[in-house]
Amino acid sequence: MAELQFREAIRAAMVEEMERDATIFLMGEEVAQYNGAYKVSEGMLDKFGPRRVIDTPISENGFAGLGIGAALNGLRPIIEFMTFNFSFVAFDQLINNAAKIRYMSGGQFKIPIVFRGPNGAAGQLAATHNTSTESIYATIPGLKVVAPSNPDDAKGLLKSAIRDDDPVLFLESEVMYGMRGEVSEEEDYLIPIGKARVAREGTDVTLVAHSKSYWIAMRVADRLAEEGYSAEVIDPRTIRPLDVDTILDSIRKTNRCVIIDESNPYASISSEITYQIQDRAFDFLDAPIVRITAKDTPAPYAKNLMAYYMPQEDDAYRACKKVMYVD
Amino acid sequence: MASETKKRTPKHTPKKAADEGLTAEQQDVDIPKSIRVNRTFRTYRAGQYGHEDVGLSEEQVLAMYRSMLLQRRFEERAAQMYGKQKIGGFLHLYIGQEAVSTGAVNAIRIGRDSVITAYRDHGHALALGMSADECMAELFGRIDGCSRGKGGSMHFFSARHRFFGGHGIVGAHVPVGTGIAFAHKYQADDGVCLTFFGDGAVGQGAIHEASNLAALYELPVVFIIENNQYAMGTATTRAFAETMFIKHALSYHMEASLVNGMDVFAVSKAVQDHVAMARDFKPSLLEVRTYRYRGHSMSDPGKYRTKEELERKKHEDPILRLKMYILEHEMADLDALDAMDEDVKEEVRRSVEFAENSPFPPLESIYEDVYTQKDYPFLA
Repeated sequence: MAELQFREAIRAAMVEEMERDATIFLMGEEVAQYNGAYKVSEGMLDKFGPRRVIDTPISENGFAGLGIGAALNGLRPIIEFMTFNFSFVAFDQLINNAAKIRYMSGGQFKIPIVFRGPNGAAGQLAATHNTSTESIYATIPGLKVVAPSNPDDAKGLLKSAIRDDDPVLFLESEVMYGMRGEVSEEEDYLIPIGKARVAREGTDVTLVAHSKSYWIAMRVADRLAEEGYSAEVIDPRTIRPLDVDTILDSIRKTNRCVIIDESNPYASISSEITYQIQDRAFDFLDAPIVRITAKDTPAPYAKNLMAYYMPQEDDAYRACKKVMYVD
Repeated sequence: MASETKKRTPKHTPKKAADEGLTAEQQDVDIPKSIRVNRTFRTYRAGQYGHEDVGLSEEQVLAMYRSMLLQRRFEERAAQMYGKQKIGGFLHLYIGQEAVSTGAVNAIRIGRDSVITAYRDHGHALALGMSADECMAELFGRIDGCSRGKGGSMHFFSARHRFFGGHGIVGAHVPVGTGIAFAHKYQADDGVCLTFFGDGAVGQGAIHEASNLAALYELPVVFIIENNQYAMGTATTRAFAETMFIKHALSYHMEASLVNGMDVFAVSKAVQDHVAMARDFKPSLLEVRTYRYRGHSMSDPGKYRTKEELERKKHEDPILRLKMYILEHEMADLDALDAMDEDVKEEVRRSVEFAENSPFPPLESIYEDVYTQKDYPFLA
């Protein structure tokens, strides 16, 4: 194990995979000479040269499409979006080409491509630069969506994403890039896509939370523990495919569920998880499922409004007390 | 103007720069007194080239003629089948444009070079050698179709022929074609990608982005605009400030040529020349002026153009033109060409039979090909 920053774990995954497989290349805005807008790809140009670490103009629709074409023709591109807010400029490429060409060709082609970059809120950046895109992309059959919460998962999941033969959207976070954590140095350290992690075992209530929200869930679990309540925390790690079975196993044990997710709530991951639970574990529920999400608004700029917009730890804490009927 | 600028400049000179001892002249953004853009584009006109100029034997010319006939007869029959509701969805016919697909494909190494196009894709597929059977079965939505009944008219694919589709969103496949070319270069396999699109796509931002990236990364791609002069019902003159599309190439430092798309030899020569540039990692642009005789799709009565215009264009029919050429050069007589036409019609008739007899895809196949991973749907 080594202690790495989140960004270093992502870099380690890319470097290891690129050393292993010459068909992998990294392309995006500022990834090469600038060493990455968030220094994720620092040193990679020096290591691999301009053939494999490639700067682009600000041209998301163009280079996302270029990556898809390269994947169709035998390569394994890693396309970095400076943030996933800008992926909407390439929305058509992701939705119509990455997700659908394999299907429309009757399975003649595969598209082994990773689109990665920071996702979700990152402070007072206002509405266009604070979008949580996972619910939007997870609705599309043909795409896989991964959103790790810690450096170790980031490394293991990104290596799996790069080796995956289907398009994977790999969602990071500006505010987590500096987070440190123990990361496996095992060669071929692969965490399977589509497997949730039971981060903390408990018996009284299940908290489901991914990416940044996972850390809120862990703090809530700590607070509850101080009061003698035992919360189970599940990090789905992958949004699509979602490991419903692990969530259901937990619900059958705790009979209660609180979902924390910084996506906008409408038609979102929390809606989907809620549907899955009521569909397959209805009889095990002792209380309605509660979700704590971003507000159903664009992200505001003002500091107080932005804090209010985000899912609140206190709200999640109170929700747990409520579903346990101890509030 | 120049003296005026000089006079004004010192006023705007930042103090810091002046302190560093720079002259006003040096501090100016370096703008010349005037700029003149003088560029001559090559053209490939009808009748300018014979088969020998394109390096074709008489057998090859006859094969091209047969291919064009096959494309024509296939689509005539497809239109009929559409009327009988054997074919659903949209059906965009290529009739009138056959010289473009045929001439272009003749200039590449099929199976090693790549081709990608938009939704008017039957001609390219057949020109590449995909069978009428698999194409008709796809139109019928059957399991033996070239996309296993998942794509339909707009989404023909053949990995074997390196035909990357068949794409329905106008302009969206052009960055993809650029990426296919990127992979050819990355893998140093000497391949090129012919990226076809229509005049309507020129209005899409994707074309600008793809052109810029192709030029920036020096990719082996030939962008081929099939300018049939109408984007659905909108004439190019109503859609574009600049209707001479080759001029766009100036912005990307690309070579560009204008081609008569009703003459298969002109197309073939132009594509040969531009493919040679691509193999040298010089992306380029071809504007091929062509004409579609049918509506945009089956539901289009074509009221945006006059009968006279259509009749005039029919005299330029690329198949008729090649037929005359063959007869003039005594490569075959009329009887032989008629026999060939009958043979093609029979091939198309059999393809309808093949499509009719091919089963519909089984319902469980709906979940196949969404992912390479086999256990989809993931949601139990």
